[in-house]
Amino acid sequence: MAEVVFQARGLTKVYRTGAVEVRALDGLDLDLFAGELVVLLGPSGSGKSTLLNILGGLDRATDGLCRFRDIDLVRLDDRGLTEFRRRYVGFVFQFYNLIPSLTARENVALVTEISEHPMRPEEALDLVGLSARADHFPAELSGGEQQRVAIARAIAKRPDVLLCDEPTGALDSHTGIRVLEAITAVNRELGTTTAIITHNAAIKDIAHRFCRFADGRIVETTSNQKRLAPAEVSW
Amino acid sequence: MLSLHGLRALDRKLVRDLVRIWPQALAIALVLASGVATLILAIGAYRSLEETRRLYYAEYGFADVFASATRAPAALESRIAELPGVAIAEARITRHAILDLEGVTEPVTGLLQSLPDRARPLLNRPHIRLGRLPEAGAISEVAVNVAFADAHGLRIGDGFDAILNGKKRRLTIVGAVLSPEHIYAIGPGDLMPDYRRFAILWMSRTTLESVFDLDGAFDAVSLKLEPGAREAEVIARVDQLLSRYGGTGAYGRADQISHAFLDAELKQLAALARIIPPVFLLVSAFLLNMTLLRLIALEREQIGLIKALGYANAAIAAHYLKLVGVITVVGIAIGFALGTLFGQSLTRLYGKFFQFPFLVFEHDGDLYVVAATLTLAAAVAGALRAISTALALPPAVAMSPPAPQRYAHLPGEASALAAHLSQMTVMSLRNMVRFPMRSAMTGLGLSLSVGLLIVSLFAFDAVEAMIDATFFGSQRQDATLNFRDEQPVRITTDVSHLPGVLRVEPFRHVAARIRNGQISRRLTLTGRPDDTLLTRQLDLALAPVAVPETGILINRRLAEVLGVERGSLVELDILDGRRGTRMVRISDIIESYIGLVALMRMDQLNRLLEEGPVVSGVHIAYDRDREAALFRAIKATPRIASIEQQRHALSRFRATLAENIDMMTSIYIGLAVVVAFGVVYNSTRIQLSERARDLASLRVLGFHRREVSRVLFTELTLLALIAQPLGWIIGHWLAWLTIQSFSSDLYTTPFVINTATYAKASLVTIAATVASALTVHQRIAALDLVAVLKTRE
Ligand SMILES: Nc1ncnc2c1ncn2[C@@H]1O[C@H](COP(=O)(O)OP(=O)(O)O)[C@@H](O)[C@H]1O
Ligand SMILES: [Mg+2]
Repeated sequence: MAEVVFQARGLTKVYRTGAVEVRALDGLDLDLFAGELVVLLGPSGSGKSTLLNILGGLDRATDGLCRFRDIDLVRLDDRGLTEFRRRYVGFVFQFYNLIPSLTARENVALVTEISEHPMRPEEALDLVGLSARADHFPAELSGGEQQRVAIARAIAKRPDVLLCDEPTGALDSHTGIRVLEAITAVNRELGTTTAIITHNAAIKDIAHRFCRFADGRIVETTSNQKRLAPAEVSW
Repeated sequence: MLSLHGLRALDRKLVRDLVRIWPQALAIALVLASGVATLILAIGAYRSLEETRRLYYAEYGFADVFASATRAPAALESRIAELPGVAIAEARITRHAILDLEGVTEPVTGLLQSLPDRARPLLNRPHIRLGRLPEAGAISEVAVNVAFADAHGLRIGDGFDAILNGKKRRLTIVGAVLSPEHIYAIGPGDLMPDYRRFAILWMSRTTLESVFDLDGAFDAVSLKLEPGAREAEVIARVDQLLSRYGGTGAYGRADQISHAFLDAELKQLAALARIIPPVFLLVSAFLLNMTLLRLIALEREQIGLIKALGYANAAIAAHYLKLVGVITVVGIAIGFALGTLFGQSLTRLYGKFFQFPFLVFEHDGDLYVVAATLTLAAAVAGALRAISTALALPPAVAMSPPAPQRYAHLPGEASALAAHLSQMTVMSLRNMVRFPMRSAMTGLGLSLSVGLLIVSLFAFDAVEAMIDATFFGSQRQDATLNFRDEQPVRITTDVSHLPGVLRVEPFRHVAARIRNGQISRRLTLTGRPDDTLLTRQLDLALAPVAVPETGILINRRLAEVLGVERGSLVELDILDGRRGTRMVRISDIIESYIGLVALMRMDQLNRLLEEGPVVSGVHIAYDRDREAALFRAIKATPRIASIEQQRHALSRFRATLAENIDMMTSIYIGLAVVVAFGVVYNSTRIQLSERARDLASLRVLGFHRREVSRVLFTELTLLALIAQPLGWIIGHWLAWLTIQSFSSDLYTTPFVINTATYAKASLVTIAATVASALTVHQRIAALDLVAVLKTRE
């Protein structure tokens, strides 16, 4: 049995806006194991992003338990969470969030400069198949290329976990496949524990496991007997 | 909570926009307010002072022309009155005398002026504050100027001794008065009014006639001219009439000390109004432009939508103009309030410094209208370019997101140095180059702030340099004694025997007019021996030079006024008596910041005057420990008409000046801080808004808040550093403009800016920059990381 990387028990997140109270997470339980690739599915508003943000140290749970190895994420303050993200987490978002004033290589270097055992930026770009575009600015890259730079940036520091929130949401299917291939390659070659949020149910087939969300809870967890390559997934 | 009910939709948006950007709007409004305030302050004080003076002169019959003589027969008064162009002539007696007050060691110099006995004076009428004027023929009654009475706590009925024509007399105060002739009452040789040591005394004419053996005679006359009369012609005729009676040359208001000082002050206020407000208007126009451009960039989708809904361009332009309008109106309102307030305190300060019986505060509407119009014009000019970008947006384009910002490699990036830059630094540098206009304007705003601080602070340097050259370079005597009449040279020996006197240096003074072609000036021509140590002449590099055997030395100001240089020939009219005109050569130009100076060897001057070795007075150095004994002796020496106390004048000068400069300096520093803060605050807030996404990304990647702030502040720091040298240049230039406006025939100011002043100006600006940056730094903590990343740009 592989090591448990993330452990969530009774995880609850309540957003209060004025008198309105939204339970984004409602007593969620989850274990993520080292090296696995998990897809999180579910309707919009079911709490997927909220969970990912809490796991990645961008947000804090209202109640419940959330551990990364032996670090209690609920207890960390802003500094601690920043340090946690810096050491262990790679993020990929729907809207790439590259720094427009830095080239592809520099966007990656931004992270390698502050990490302990990073790969070279060129290496990371190579992993996502973008070595040829290293000196281009984001404005000079297509959406799919930008997203692959974002992945290279996320994994260049050899993070323990890679968290992707709808990484293909803004892309057409062909480009989306290239992006998913980059992610699975990283998971396979670096053994990075990876979670991918998507509302595209077909994508679940590339994962070791997938979890289905509804109303702030996980209502189904299934292990895939047979995984498909991203190119085999029909969109 | 604002009630937006009943407002039209666009106006509701306007109110919400304003609520959202209020700190930026306020910062801009404050810069605008500074411009308005300085304008109102300077022009308001100028007008108040001028109007006060005009009314005072009119109500109290301030004369147009003044003349004095040694002894003119009373009958001459009516002949002068009958001269063409003369409306009124009034003769009187004016003399200097040493006063002796109980409990006051130092001798006080008094200027005695006679009052006509039959009626109230026609010209230069005193304003009675307390008591009354002396009665005709009353031997011991005296009215004194209010400031003198106040300085010594003298009241009606108090008395003091005066040495009149060599005899000590007891005088009793019957009134405390003010006079339009002595709004700025300065003793002989003083640089600043000193009401403890200089007094003006009014006594009955018959009394003074008998005291000074001037029965049936007078020694001074004041004239009121007819409208349209030519002053120069009248002066020439008066000089002709008085020349037989020891006339020293008539002069107009421009040469009347009190009037001339007030004029110099008014000139400075006018210069202030010309130099400072434009700086603020420029900065606020730029701030409005920058802020509006950002607002429009953020609102492009809304603008597209509004257009798509069918609103005309005019409605959109009007919407943003209203926003600018509100900010400007708030700025103008604050500026009105501050300007009026500061203007009144400045006018009041003048009221203390100058002796007026009343102060008129001028609040003419037109000044406010002009200030408001200028400010609105500057604001709209700044806004128009930004608004035109909103109008140029086609509805469809406005609805789609803007293309990602295009950046470019920096020139020289491939260099070895660049390879060592962190990506964070590269981000800052590229951003600076990407928005060159904004970077330039932010830098320029900071430079202007540095410049403003330099102009406000350098006054201290200039005055210290002036004091240094004047009191430690050229006028090193402790005191100057002026004799009642010319005395034989051997009087210096007598003076050297007075208690505590260490050194005595004689001088000869004579009233003269110096002329080059059409330009002429009235001044006191000084004769000095060639071996003086106390008083020295300084060349233009401030090194001591000797008085040459022939020719005259004149100071830089006089050379500039006359348009002459070393070696030029000028005409010299000696005004004491009938001594005619000579040509003399200017042997050198010297530096002297006080007044107009013309100097020659004393023996040569006496020869020129066809007199033997006589002196007008002496400069002395004395032992400070024996000052009291010396002063007692001086009070008992009948031949001494007045005393100038340079040693005391210096501390007095410093104190008064400090008081005046302090107020203006605090106002200026406040204004400069407003500019620096406003510029930095707006520019960083805009950057923060534009780059919130980048900064949030960095936070997500695991950068700490401090590291993220550094991206913003590297750029700001670079701009602030670049801004300093430019600021020094601007400050140097503004200071030079100011110096030009501060120069008059009464005094010039050396153009000196100490290195420390540049440093102080930079420090204050940088402190304001840091303070402003810190308020923005707080906001980086509040960045909502998750929200930013969920949204498209
Ligand atoms: N910052 C927030 N403030 C208030 N409600 C929020 C916030 N973020 C998310 N929510 C609410 O929490 C619920 C879960 O949101 P989210 O985790 O983003 O869903 P998903 O990613 O599954 O679409 C939704 O109802 C959403 O409206
Ligand atoms: Mg989501």
